Amino acid sequence: MGVMKRMSGILQAKTNKLLDKAEDPRESLDLSYQKQLESLQKVRRSVADVTTAKKRIELQATQLQSQADKLQNQAKAALTQGNEDLAREALARRGALAEQLADLKTQHDQVSAQEQKLIDTAQKLQTQVDSFRTKKETMKATYTAAEAQTKIGEAVSGISESMSDAGMSMQRAQDKIDGMQARAGAMDELLASGALTDLTNPVDDIQAQLDKASTTTQVDAELAALKAELGTGTAAPAPELGAAETTPATEDSPS
Amino acid sequence: MIVRILGEGQYTVPDDQRSDLEKLDDAIADAVDGGDEAAFGDALAALTAAVRSAGVALADDAFAPSDLVVPFSDATLDETKALLAEHGESAGSDDR
Repeated sequence: MGVMKRMSGILQAKTNKLLDKAEDPRESLDLSYQKQLESLQKVRRSVADVTTAKKRIELQATQLQSQADKLQNQAKAALTQGNEDLAREALARRGALAEQLADLKTQHDQVSAQEQKLIDTAQKLQTQVDSFRTKKETMKATYTAAEAQTKIGEAVSGISESMSDAGMSMQRAQDKIDGMQARAGAMDELLASGALTDLTNPVDDIQAQLDKASTTTQVDAELAALKAELGTGTAAPAPELGAAETTPATEDSPS
Repeated sequence: MIVRILGEGQYTVPDDQRSDLEKLDDAIADAVDGGDEAAFGDALAALTAAVRSAGVALADDAFAPSDLVVPFSDATLDETKALLAEHGESAGSDDR
């Protein structure tokens, strides 16, 4: 059997579950309408869930991005100090974060696509439900009992099929989000409990090294200045005071 | 006949298009059976395109059950397989 026929059977089976077999076909119109309103509510809630999932990913991306920016700046600072190794380290860590960010971007795109689809589904369903509300009253008023049996039956199965379709779309979105939520949860834990801050703590290591380096340079300079002032230290005679001050890095060559 | 593309909507397609659609449908079935993801994607794209071009979208206020149902246009092979398997018994063996 072809895929379209089998899919039709699957959708039919789902739709049958939605259908209440009312004795009076006119009554089934009202029952069906109630179900439609419930379906619409569910789709709306589903849209909200998807939007929440999207926001969460956006928040995580923002956090990771600011860490990446920080590392970038630290790499620059390290280079300014002439510490290429430290700059390399900062860039390497930034690279690791960039991978995570790319992953989040992919997830974000997928969630956005799901969100848009569900919004479309909700809109379409809303139009159908509105139209059904007015049509069902016309049907009740105009059809004879015999006509009602077939026409109403058809209308009810038709719209119920749309509900089933919407239900499948929601399930699909939910499945996708569930997978992402698990990953997002793991990421949140990483961000909170430090495993990812293993990437960010070292950021502070890098900062500490940068700070230390600049302090050391300053101390060296001051030390050199003091030595010169006191005329002690190595055999540097007083007339060379000025030279020692401007080139603090080349003080004290070992004998 | 009325054809539904899941997640998209219904189309009224002339009955004489049926055999053409079924040929495209067979390609999907073959891809599912053969587990060929690329062929599945191509066949599904061809089928949805054929339904859209041969059919006329059903108005939102028209309520009619579908004769044929096409999977979600962006369905994956695994997803479709799972769906068909999940409902395999109920859909295939209604001979009680």
